[in-house]
Amino acid sequence: MDSIDRAIINRLQDGFPICDHPYANMAAQFGIEESELLQRLERMLEKNQLSRFGPMFNAVKMGGGLSLCAMQIPDADFDRIAEQVNAFPEVAHNYARDHRLNMWFVLATETPQRIAQVLAGIEQVTGYPVYNMPKKEEFFVGLKFEIRSG
Amino acid sequence: MVLTEKDYQLIASIQDGLPLVSHPYAEIGRQLGMGEGEVICRISEMRKKGIIKRMGVVVRHRELGYTANAMVVWDVPDERLDEVGALLGSRRCITLCYQRPRRLPEWPYNLFCMIHGLSRSAVLASIEQMVSELELEEINHQVLFSGRRFKQRGGHYR
Repeated sequence: MDSIDRAIINRLQDGFPICDHPYANMAAQFGIEESELLQRLERMLEKNQLSRFGPMFNAVKMGGGLSLCAMQIPDADFDRIAEQVNAFPEVAHNYARDHRLNMWFVLATETPQRIAQVLAGIEQVTGYPVYNMPKKEEFFVGLKFEIRSG
Repeated sequence: MVLTEKDYQLIASIQDGLPLVSHPYAEIGRQLGMGEGEVICRISEMRKKGIIKRMGVVVRHRELGYTANAMVVWDVPDERLDEVGALLGSRRCITLCYQRPRRLPEWPYNLFCMIHGLSRSAVLASIEQMVSELELEEINHQVLFSGRRFKQRGGHYR
C-alpha cells in the first residue's frame, strides 16, 4: 500500500461524485489516470482491504430497524451459537468481545418492529437471552477512518 | 422522501458496490432499464436526504493493520451524559459515540464509543490519556476488545 492507496482510502470514504464519469473525476484529483484508479480499487477489494466500493445506507432513514445486541455464551458453546446467530440474515456483523457478555452483534431489519421478532427468534433457536441495546442518542459519528503512513 | 419501487430496485443493485467501469451509473441504468440521468438523479436525491449516508470506499480495519478494535463503555450519571458524550465525541481517536440503555443488573453502562488502533497497547494508552485529559477518573469504564470477527457485511435491503 503506497501513498496513493492511502490517499484514496482517506479521501474516498465519502464524496464519491454522482456524475457521468465519476472515476475520471476523482482520478484527476489524485493525479492518476482513470484506469489506474479502477485498478487500485479492484486490487484493494481483492486483497480484502476494502469490503466494498459504493453507498452506505442509513438503515433508520430507509424505514428500517437497527440495534446493538449482546449475549453471554459459555466458551464451550460459543462456535455453535455463533453459527446459529449468524444464520439470521438480519445479523449484519458479529464480534466476540472479552467480557461476560462476550458476543456482540448488530441487527439491521427492514422495519423497526421486526427487531423484536428477530430477537425472539434468536432466543428461541439458541436458548440464551439477548440483551437489546438500541441507540438512544448520537453524540458523534465519525464516519471516516484515517490511515497514516508507517 | 418516499422511496418508490424504482428506488428500491436501484438500492438492491448498488448495495454490494458500484460497477468499476467508466460510466458506472449508465451501467446500473442498463441493468434496470433506466437512463443514466435518471439513475444519477435518484441516487443524488437519496444522498441529499441522508438515505445514503456516504458514498465511496468501505474499509476493513483489520486488513489495513488496525487490528485492535475496542468498544469503550462508560457508566455516566444521567445528568452528566450530554456533557461527557460531547467531550468523548470530540476526541480524534473516537469513531462513534452513542448513548444506549443500561441493562441492569448485568450491564450498567450507558455510553458507548469505538476506538480503532494498530495495537492493544496503543489503544489503551490513548484511553488512559483521554481519561486524564478529560478528568473522567470518577466515571467507571470498561474496555471490550474484539476477538474474532464472525461476520461483516452491510445491511441488505430486499
